[in-house]
This record gives sequence, C-alpha cells and structure tokens, in this order.
Amino acid sequence: MDEKLLETPLAAEHRALGARMVPFAGWLMPVQYAEGILAEHHHCRQHAALFDICHMGEFRVKGALAAADLDRILARPVADQPVGSCRYNFSLNEQGGVRDDLIVYRLAADEFYLVVNAGPCAGDAAWIGGHLSTTTAFADESAATAKLDLQGPEAAAVLGRLGLATASLPRYYHFQQTAIAGVPVLLSRTGYTGELGFELYFAAAAAVKLWRLLLADPAVKPADLGARDTLRLEMGYPLYGHEMDETTTPVEAGFGAMLKLGQPREFIGSAVLRDPVAGKPRRRLIGMALENKRAARAGAPIYCGAEQVGTVSSGAVAPSLDRAVAMGYVRADLELPVGAALELDNGRVRLAGTVAALPFYGAGSARMELAGR
Amino acid sequence: MKYYAETHEWIEVVDGIATMGISTFAAEELGDLTYVEMPAVGKAFAAGAVIGTVESVKAASDIFAPIGGTVSEVNDALAADPALLNQAPEGDGWICRLKDVKEDELKTLLTAEQYQKTIAE
Repeated sequence: MDEKLLETPLAAEHRALGARMVPFAGWLMPVQYAEGILAEHHHCRQHAALFDICHMGEFRVKGALAAADLDRILARPVADQPVGSCRYNFSLNEQGGVRDDLIVYRLAADEFYLVVNAGPCAGDAAWIGGHLSTTTAFADESAATAKLDLQGPEAAAVLGRLGLATASLPRYYHFQQTAIAGVPVLLSRTGYTGELGFELYFAAAAAVKLWRLLLADPAVKPADLGARDTLRLEMGYPLYGHEMDETTTPVEAGFGAMLKLGQPREFIGSAVLRDPVAGKPRRRLIGMALENKRAARAGAPIYCGAEQVGTVSSGAVAPSLDRAVAMGYVRADLELPVGAALELDNGRVRLAGTVAALPFYGAGSARMELAGR
Repeated sequence: MKYYAETHEWIEVVDGIATMGISTFAAEELGDLTYVEMPAVGKAFAAGAVIGTVESVKAASDIFAPIGGTVSEVNDALAADPALLNQAPEGDGWICRLKDVKEDELKTLLTAEQYQKTIAE
C-alpha cells in the first residue's frame, strides 16, 4: 500500500492494547483486540463497549439560510427538525444515488452539525460546502474533533459514574452539550450497535484522556471495527460502500418513506426519485438468515431456483443469533416474503437461506427508558 | 514429528495414520473461528487438494491436504465447537486423520523450524 494511511489520535493506545491494525477508508484502524471479535461483540450486548470513531468526519453549517440550504442538499427534510435532535439523512447525487449517509444534529435554529463517513468525507465537504448559499458558513472540523462511541446496556451507568446525571441524559436520537472531566462534549444518544449508547464529540487533544477515563470503568472494554460490523449487521443497519453507494437510491435501500417524496420539497436527486420510470426501484434490500454459522459474504450471488436474483451486500456470522445472516439486493419485481427460500453461493457451495425480517436481532437496548426520567 | 505446509497446515504421522490441522499462526491470523467444513470420511485426497474450509468472523479459508491420503476420521468435537481451533489448533483442535498416506511426500513439507522462519518473514 503506497498511499499514506491516516491514524487517529488513539493509534498508540490501540497498539499498546494489542490491537491488530488494518487499512479502512484511508485510515489505519484497529479491527480487533486480543480477546477477539466475538468477545467484543458479546461485551457490547451485555455491558458496554468503547469504539474509537475518530476517523469519521464532522462539519458545522451555520447561517440564516442554513436550514433551507440543507433542505435543498439532503434527501430527508431538515427545516422541520427540532433543535436538540439528531436525524439520519442522505446526500444524493443528481441521479438519486447515495453519495453518503450521515446524521444531522440541529444545534440551533441556524446551526447544524453533520457527521459523515470517513471515506466520502473529503468529497462531502466539497459537495455540501459547494452547494450552500454564499452567506452560509461551512467548517470541516473533522481533524480537530475526536469521536468515541460508548455502546451497551450499561453505557448510561458508566456516564453516571463519571458525574453525569443519568436521569437527564438525552433521549434516543437527541443530544446535549455537557462536560466530562472538564472536557466539553457534545453527547448524543445514538449509535450503530442496537444497544443503549452514546456518541461523544470533543476536541481531538482530549482523545487519550477521555479514552483512558472511560476504559477505566470496570464495565467498559474496547471494541473495534470487526465487532462494530457484526453488531450493525445484526441490526440490519446499512454500511456505506456495502448497502449503499452512488448507484443505489435510498428507496432501494428501504428508506423511501423517510424521504416524504409526496411533499413538494425539491432536493438534489429528487427529480429522478419522483420520475415514474427513472426513479422506479430496480432492486430492494432484504435480510436473509442462513441455516447454520457458515456465512455468505459480500458479493455472493443469491439464487431463487436456477436463476440469480441478487447479490449479497454484507454477510457474516451473527454472534448473538448463533447463525450466519446476510443482507443483499434482489430484483425489485420479485415477491420474496419473509420465509421464502433462497440459495446463497459462497464460492464453494450453495447455502440454504430464507428471507428474514430486519433487524435480525430484536433484543437490543437502544431505546430503553433510563431510570429516573 | 510434525511437518508444516506453506499454506499453514500441520501434519504428524504416527504408525501410518496422519493427524492434521491448521497452525497456531494461522489460527491467530484468522481470528475467532466460527465454522469448520470437514471432509467426508473415506474420501481420498492428493497432496495440495482442498480438504475442507475454516471460516472466521471476517473470512473463509481453504484447508489443503499437506500429503495424499484417505480420510479415516474427523474431529467431531471441533465441528461442534469451532472455538477449539483457536484454543488448541495444534492439539485438541485437530481437523482430521488420514490413512493410506503417502509418507514420502512429507519431505516436500517444512520442519517446525523451517516453518517458524517462513512466518517470521
């Protein structure tokens, strides 16, 4: 690999913990620690896991026209989003394909915080920044910002032990400005695991301090990209580059209702999505459960009888379900109800699978009520 | 005496019966193993043929027969609990046994010392 890989402020911490580092989206990131992906996965489902997500990007957009601008640029409405809330959103190209999926935080009536994926980050900054009104300020704060994800049923208790009042922690998909050990933190109740969890944004210079502080809690263990992937797969959450890319529309990925295409709002890509011919979904995302722990991975052809009807976009063993699962795209015109039989070709053998409802894992604590609220 | 293949299998022949598996190094590289596809008992394999597959959370890898032979036994305990491959890859995590082995093919393999050198590179 000739390309110089970026490292997060925590790279030395990961190495000291015995992490195996791999290239990911232009970054050198830990994929697993010594205990292994399965142990990290289960620790997150049962206690609390800490993820270094410093590679992701953060933008600040501010101005009287900021809400109207983002309403024009992003696929889900922004103008009606309440201050203090987070909203999952998409940046589309003119053909309606997904340039990136992101979360929009409304900091104030005229100020937004956008959290984007690492790979598309530089392109997002140019695209979104380039489509704003001249009076709207845009700042790419990615390099100066650390992001840690604390995820698991004990996550709120961990924050409580660090001095935060658990009864006043943010509600699901909401955020607040707070401080941990004197470090100002934007704290949102969001995540990518299906468990009760929080995402912490703060100055990169404090990354090592808060990482060590959170890991000092006996309930918390570090977890990495490997476990992050099995946790999100069990929830059926899309991963950019797998379930979504520039050739996939949010409608095909299952998010059509969120776009409120019946409303008159125009946004980049909306003309194609509303076009009865060009916008007609060609394929749709489904979940599939396999017979045992043998997995069909990204790229595996999906067969219905002798005919290939689609391709796996993500697949692995689901550690909390004791079997392999997969997500994949199939032709939109096929009736494939939950329970329908399919075959997945893993390159060696065709594995039997059935169409399964998403999420695969339904027992997550993400929306649990916090005591004292 | 244990021999190793460059493809990271180990094999040891005692009284004409070979026991084989994957090396400690390979098991560590693969990470948590979640599925092992065993060969059928009675099936004959030539040296270098795909005899089975191991799958970890992240990937699947073929297992190759280090020397020719006929499968006489597979490790049922491993099929039931693939984590044995992480716990004791060169012990209780053996994969299968071969009879009618071509013992002269052992000299095409690496000794433990030679194998350690190749993985250190």
